[in-house]
Amino acid sequence: MTALLEVANVSKSFTGLRAVADVSFSVPQGSLFAVIGPNGAGKTTLFNLIAGVFAPDSGTIAFAGARIDGLRPDQVCRRGIGRTFQLVRPFPTLTVEDNVMIGALLRHSDPPQALRRAHDVLWRLDLFDKRAQLAGALTLPDRKRLEVARALATEPKLLLLDEVMAGLRPTETDRMVEILKKLNGEGGLTILLIEHVMRAVMSLATHVLVLHHGAAIAEGAPEEVVRDPAVIHSYLGTEAM
Amino acid sequence: MSADIYLNVAVGGLLTGLIYGLMALGLSVIFGVVRVVNFAHGEMMTVAMYLAVILFANYGLDPLLMMLPIAVLFFVAGYLMQLGLINPFITRPEYMQFILLLAVAIIIVNGVLIVFGPDAQTVQTSYAFDSFAIGPLIVDATKLYAGLAALVVASALFAFFRFAPLGKAVRACADNQIGALVVGLNVKRLYALSFGLGLACVGAAGAIIVLVVDVTPPLGPAYTLLAFVIVITGGLGSMSGALIGGVLIGLTEAMAGLFFTPSAKSMFAFAILVLVLLFRPQGIMGQKLS
Amino acid sequence: MIGRLLYDVPRHALWLLGLVLVGLIAAPLFANDYLLTVLILILYFAYTGQAWNILMGFAGQLSLGHALYVGLGAYVAAALYVHYGIGPWIGLPVAILISVASGAIIGFLAFRFGVAGVYFAILTIAFCEFARIGFDHLGWLGGSGGMFLPVSNHTQNDLWHLRGQPVMFYYLILLLTVLAFVLCHLMLRSRVGYFWQAIREDEEAARSLGIATFRYKMAAILVSSAMTAPAGVFYAFYYNNLFPEQTFFILRSIEIILGPIIGGVGTLFGPVIGAFVITGLSEALQELLTLYGFDTPGAKRVFYGVCLLVVVMVLPNGIWPPLARLLRLGRRRDTTERQP
Repeated sequence: MTALLEVANVSKSFTGLRAVADVSFSVPQGSLFAVIGPNGAGKTTLFNLIAGVFAPDSGTIAFAGARIDGLRPDQVCRRGIGRTFQLVRPFPTLTVEDNVMIGALLRHSDPPQALRRAHDVLWRLDLFDKRAQLAGALTLPDRKRLEVARALATEPKLLLLDEVMAGLRPTETDRMVEILKKLNGEGGLTILLIEHVMRAVMSLATHVLVLHHGAAIAEGAPEEVVRDPAVIHSYLGTEAM
Repeated sequence: MSADIYLNVAVGGLLTGLIYGLMALGLSVIFGVVRVVNFAHGEMMTVAMYLAVILFANYGLDPLLMMLPIAVLFFVAGYLMQLGLINPFITRPEYMQFILLLAVAIIIVNGVLIVFGPDAQTVQTSYAFDSFAIGPLIVDATKLYAGLAALVVASALFAFFRFAPLGKAVRACADNQIGALVVGLNVKRLYALSFGLGLACVGAAGAIIVLVVDVTPPLGPAYTLLAFVIVITGGLGSMSGALIGGVLIGLTEAMAGLFFTPSAKSMFAFAILVLVLLFRPQGIMGQKLS
Repeated sequence: MIGRLLYDVPRHALWLLGLVLVGLIAAPLFANDYLLTVLILILYFAYTGQAWNILMGFAGQLSLGHALYVGLGAYVAAALYVHYGIGPWIGLPVAILISVASGAIIGFLAFRFGVAGVYFAILTIAFCEFARIGFDHLGWLGGSGGMFLPVSNHTQNDLWHLRGQPVMFYYLILLLTVLAFVLCHLMLRSRVGYFWQAIREDEEAARSLGIATFRYKMAAILVSSAMTAPAGVFYAFYYNNLFPEQTFFILRSIEIILGPIIGGVGTLFGPVIGAFVITGLSEALQELLTLYGFDTPGAKRVFYGVCLLVVVMVLPNGIWPPLARLLRLGRRRDTTERQP
């Protein structure tokens, strides 16, 4: 499988704190790649580096063969990477429909056409019935799905999902897992996700990367990674060994 | 022109700058703690100025003596204002607060125009024309007293925030609101206290600056802008920055008035503002913005 | 195309709009001179309010120095007329150019360097104040003494030189307001309009959707300043005198924002409704006060402040949204049906 995203020796520090330390990995095309690790491990910073919010201090990031480190977030999105935020950021005074339409306007500059594409996405994410509601008035699970829908509307080749299951009840988590499986399986969308909810990771991921204190400590298939001693140590401490 | 004149003008600017600094200090405290943009800051200062004028004109009370009572009055007003008017706006979008205080500013500046008329009001104390000769310097007594008074008040405020438990509580609140709540601090009260302190600075500054400057209604918006320029130049949230910024602006104004026409003074202040916003937005003393 | 423009506007709203328009067109037949000048003032603020609304209501950038664009437009057109005899219709593109250039400078300085929110507002105030003080020293433009346009025989309506009776000015400003309204409506439902709203709501989220925020913010300030300049030209030829102290005075900038804030920032009808309400009421107040012998210049402005205070505290989204709900004039949602 070809690598859609190549992260090579990427590091980032913030005033003395090393948030990401020499991380390297490849995300194969069509995979469902999970990044896990304890809080503060550097996962969101890694996402922000890929998405263009920060530029890495060192190392390179390549997407579909071309370097993207140092590009602005909007440029990264136009290259084909969509992202969601850990704390959802809907456009609160706009409707659900408008929110997603704005995403669709990236590839379809004609508003009525963008609206049609937005409706497609809303159907897929089970939000069509709520399309006239104001985004600010939605429940959290709906907002999370809206966030995914909006990013999806930009027709990305790679979707970055930052803790999209956080705060969801088990039934809602399952629903989201279903949707993501479909997007990945039928749609062929490559997904890179940060997740804490192991239930989702185990049922979804084809590859897992474990970060701890900014460094990659394990990588591979989910079953292997969760048995890796270093991983258990990072989550549970030496006592658990 | 001889060096003496430059020196005298500079010293005069420095002393006036201290008073500006006190005014800006008030804004810094308000913004630093309560995170409210007090767009009516200068207008409130003119109210203090007019108050000092009335007290002097009708009762012969020296503004230097009235500085403290006026400051206390403004403290109370600020405390109540925060609790009553401003508190609900802390969670609203920033531009709403701005408009709220803009509305207050409009009401004050035009209210003052209606009550006092457009003519300049002055305070002529018995020592208004005195001056001290220190070496080559000839310093106006009014400027010297006013400047020193401003310094005293500012120092008292610094000491409060540094050493008093209540002052430390306020600083904690400014640094980390949620943390302060968790530790049990009454954030609402502390906000009101801070707003009160901020306005007390304004009251004090207004009372003493009237010795040096004549008061007219348009001075309000001019001082508001000046306060923002000073605070941004010195560093938003930095108290020492406010004083340093004030002195810097006072000096610049004085020297600009000397080299160019007096009306160009504010142009220089704006030029400084633009430069600071572009090249060092955190100000002289501020922390780097993320 | 008209169909596309109006597809989701409710039927009775269109009738209402048509009625109001007819009323406005017919107004000079029924209004006395005084009322006509008030209407001109109302429409002037409806126009400038809409122009300002593009920057604030659509793109979310608070400008408190919009009088700069009015003043520049006014002075450029006036100077060309007074010094070179160039008519205002030729002076108009030049005025727009100068206004847009200043908007571009402010926008570039602000957006390139990340000056946003209250800092941006203060920057806009600073630039306008700079102009106010600066123009005082420009002798060629009249300096602090003012610039005066030659007033000729008012019984002849000279449209080319904009010399004539108030009626001519009334229809001119009415036309401008209607054009601005149509333009805002078009922009709001175009790609640019949606991107502006995204930036207003959450700039970082907008960026994550591929929106080049710097470009669109610049577009907003350029369009806003370009649209404001004609108001300046109108101002110069209607009042026939310009003083830096008055033209660039901060109160002028505040007057411009009153309509949109009271009517509803970011809405299409807000600035227009707001202009009618605030200007109408304040003029009425002024009349009432002079009737009872109180000639206080500050009273009208205190009224502005009070209105602003009340609106911001009680109706933060302005008068229009609740009014629209009441009269059921909002966008029709049932037109967006889709076959699964």
